[in-house]
Amino acid sequence: MYRYDDYDHAIVKARVAQFRGQTERYLAGRLSDNEFRPLRLQNGLYIQRHGPMLRLAVPYGLLSARQLRKFADIARRYDRGFGHFTTRHNLQLNWVKLAEVPDILAELAEEELHAIQTSGNCIRNVTTDHFAGIAADEIADPRPWAELLRQWSSFHPEFAYLPRKFKVAISGAEEDRAAIQVHDLGLQLVSNEAGEIGFRVHAGGGLGRTPLLGPVVREFLPWQHLLTYTEALVRVFNRHGRRDNAYKARIKILVKALGREEFSRQVEAEWAQLKDGPATLTAAEVARVSAQFAAPAYEILAADDLCHLTHLREDKAFARWVERNVQAHKVPGYAAVTLSLKKPAVGFNSAPGDATSEQMEAAADLAERYSFGEIRVSHEQNLILADVPQRELYTIWHRAKAAGLASPTVGLIQDLIACPGGDFCALANARSLPVAAAIQERFEDLDYQHDIGELELNISGCMNSCGHHHLGAIGILGVDKNGEEWYQVTLGGRQGNRARIGEVIGRAFAAAEVPDVVERLIGAYLAHRHADERFIDTFDRIGIEIFRTAAYLPKPAQKRRVANG
Amino acid sequence: MAKLIKERRLQDDAWKVVNLVDGKAPIDVCLPVGPLLVPVAVWKAKKACLIHREYEHGTPLGIWLAPEDDLAEIAADIDDFTVIAVHFPKFADGRGYSTARLLRERYGYDGELRAFGDIGRDQLFFLNRVGFDAFVIGEGKSAEDALAAFDDFPESYQGDAVQPLPLFRRRAA
Repeated sequence: MYRYDDYDHAIVKARVAQFRGQTERYLAGRLSDNEFRPLRLQNGLYIQRHGPMLRLAVPYGLLSARQLRKFADIARRYDRGFGHFTTRHNLQLNWVKLAEVPDILAELAEEELHAIQTSGNCIRNVTTDHFAGIAADEIADPRPWAELLRQWSSFHPEFAYLPRKFKVAISGAEEDRAAIQVHDLGLQLVSNEAGEIGFRVHAGGGLGRTPLLGPVVREFLPWQHLLTYTEALVRVFNRHGRRDNAYKARIKILVKALGREEFSRQVEAEWAQLKDGPATLTAAEVARVSAQFAAPAYEILAADDLCHLTHLREDKAFARWVERNVQAHKVPGYAAVTLSLKKPAVGFNSAPGDATSEQMEAAADLAERYSFGEIRVSHEQNLILADVPQRELYTIWHRAKAAGLASPTVGLIQDLIACPGGDFCALANARSLPVAAAIQERFEDLDYQHDIGELELNISGCMNSCGHHHLGAIGILGVDKNGEEWYQVTLGGRQGNRARIGEVIGRAFAAAEVPDVVERLIGAYLAHRHADERFIDTFDRIGIEIFRTAAYLPKPAQKRRVANG
Repeated sequence: MAKLIKERRLQDDAWKVVNLVDGKAPIDVCLPVGPLLVPVAVWKAKKACLIHREYEHGTPLGIWLAPEDDLAEIAADIDDFTVIAVHFPKFADGRGYSTARLLRERYGYDGELRAFGDIGRDQLFFLNRVGFDAFVIGEGKSAEDALAAFDDFPESYQGDAVQPLPLFRRRAA
């Protein structure tokens, strides 16, 4: 992974000092709330229900075991011993004290960690595919490009006060696992006919109250021009994006208003002036950064480990975990392991994506011992050990189980995505966590979950859509109706190459109804599915009406079915 | 007289800002004596008069730009100005940063480029980097305090008006 040199260290340390000064001036009454607000936001600091929430950056989702231990340590000493991993790879601490934040940042800087631009109207953390570098369908590793963009966007002097936040995602594989079409800027690595690497550029995607898929604004951008082109695009946004209404200030509104062609034309005109300038990337710089993402020293292994096969045959629970939580790796004999942060909630205040300090340390131990000391955060809010030899899977499973990280439910209903919602977030209209917990409890039975199969269920507590509800096959959105919490259901959303925004089925439901509604939707699926058809495939085949009818039935349409039962 | 930060120190500022007045056409705006920063509409309406003042009395020319002003409208005149000022009605409105870069890089303006309005210490470092070299600190904010901001960061990743080469082009060396 990328290691800081003296320049990177100096810049991050200077930021800590700058923020310490700003915090001191604020606490001394020399900066107003209004003046301090964008400054603290650009350092990931929100004022939330319980006080300040600090969002720490995990650039493109990659952490060393040391860094994860540091997070665990910070969460224990400055917070309540846990943190929340978000859909954009970051870690949120909900109970920090404002006056202590500079100290937290100083400690993090020692480990090459920071909270730079994790919020505010600026260019945010660049996200990518959690299987980068190990997926068989990869065209090129997106991580060096993500790091180049991280450096380019960090403290970019022109773009600190954009009309609104600006999120970039980059995918290097044939299948998009980074949701690039719902980002302000989505970059797809492609190779042209001459075998040269470049990017297909999407712009103006996003969720929120106007969910839109980002159209392609440039089919092929040669890699040398990544920074100059991006600079031109963000400049067009900075100059012409709306500033009169925060709900209409994202770039997607500008792209929609101008139309894809006109927006693209304006970017091209701006770029013509910047192209081939000093920010044009050099082969030497790309090589310098790429070298830091070189493949680790893999052993030469057989494609299938015999002991592993034996365990698979003999231990049904292990086999089930492997089926869901172990993913293929391009190197023979290796696999990627997903450590689930979606255990059924204990009490109502534990969020999907939460990890205790002990769990972070357990994951760091596993990474150190079995996965070259690195760990990844997925946008589905789980942790990934990306480079594990098959022969170690059985041991890892036992140790992950002991740490509460082995729920064998990746991709199933329990693996739902949810934002922290009204229990924590000051923006939320409704609580997400009790609804998430009630659904997880309703579908607790593992056989039942496995029978239902792959299902993306996403919950957002408000229109800001941090839980990406529009992209869930089943999406649940908290809405406020006369001061009461209601939940609107969308169906048919999907992420990936065939990304699609879900459709609202009708009137919203009370919280207590939601698990029944989900059960009825699943009942309709089970009644109509063809063999091995996923929920979303059945939905695509039979359409929304059958589901709509089922959702509004007065009582469950279908009894529970058990696998092969 | 307002204080101006220039060349990293506080200086007296001789320039006056002329504003449009509601109900008054730009051509009817009065021009006080001395160096003036006029809005684009006044520049366009009273260009001959302003140039005459410069020619006859040696009064230097200045203009101020609002965030939404189109630079193409003054492109042909840019070299006439001794000072171009960019107004920040709210510090969170970042359009002026792009304006500055365009003036410096696209239009080749090399006179004084001044930021004024709702700006203070916490904006100064970036303002300086995009090409501003003079700063009128907003009311109620400390100009002395702002002087320290020039050194907030020892290095930057991107090239800018102070250091045209991005870090990656210098790092290799």
